[in-house]
Amino acid sequence: MANIIMFIILAVFIIVSALMCVATTRIVRAATFMLFVLLGVAGIYFLLDYTFLGAAQIAVYAGGVTMVFVFAIQLVSKRALQGLEKRVKAGTMAVGALCALAGLVVVSLILLKAGFLTQEIANVEVPMKEIGTALVGSGKYQYVLPFEFISVFLLACIIGGLVVARKEEEA
Amino acid sequence: MIPVECYFALSAILFFIGVYGFTTRRNLIAMLISVELILNAVDINFAAINRLLYPNGNEGMFMTLFVIGVAAAESAVAISIIINVYRKFKSDSVDAIKNMKR
Repeated sequence: MANIIMFIILAVFIIVSALMCVATTRIVRAATFMLFVLLGVAGIYFLLDYTFLGAAQIAVYAGGVTMVFVFAIQLVSKRALQGLEKRVKAGTMAVGALCALAGLVVVSLILLKAGFLTQEIANVEVPMKEIGTALVGSGKYQYVLPFEFISVFLLACIIGGLVVARKEEEA
Repeated sequence: MIPVECYFALSAILFFIGVYGFTTRRNLIAMLISVELILNAVDINFAAINRLLYPNGNEGMFMTLFVIGVAAAESAVAISIIINVYRKFKSDSVDAIKNMKR
């Protein structure tokens, strides 16, 4: 029962924040509401007993990605970023709303038509030891290759970001 | 016990709110924020399917973990591109970018 109440609170929080995020006219407010959505999704992970996943979501998204967004908003000029609403035409908005609603109806019909067999689960979180051995093990259902690949990928992204964003002297 | 359809409904609504934002916004950073909403909706699906339909494995959890990592790298590179675009075109609107190279 407490689970259901928590889920309803989190769902309403996420949906309202997401709607405000796409509807607000100030870019800083959009970033702030995105932070609220990310924290709500972390709450969903805690509700599913994925505590490690929720901690990773808070650390990477709420701590890292939101900071990157705020820095970008500060670097790109302030006056160019205000007044988001006057660039959007009513026709564009109607087409976007129509696309989103049509997609939502289709996906909801498919999900309601398919029967899912929910398994009864004990409320136990995944033990940290299991996560650690699965992340760096090389056997079946273990993930050392994607783990190492992601580290190389992040290094490539750091170098790529520096190369793209640095000032060119001669240009 | 929350039925798995509730998680699917939440993630579908979040996904299409992101789609709406991506189609209506004309600002590059606001579009990137909408993409983050879409990625989070997909992450909810992975975690809920793993937990409620296949609770014996952990594949969905690790997939979500890797998606979080890739999304962080993607947003960092996209923002460096946006800063570069702003420096060249003096604007952050998608309509300002007429050609890829000049």
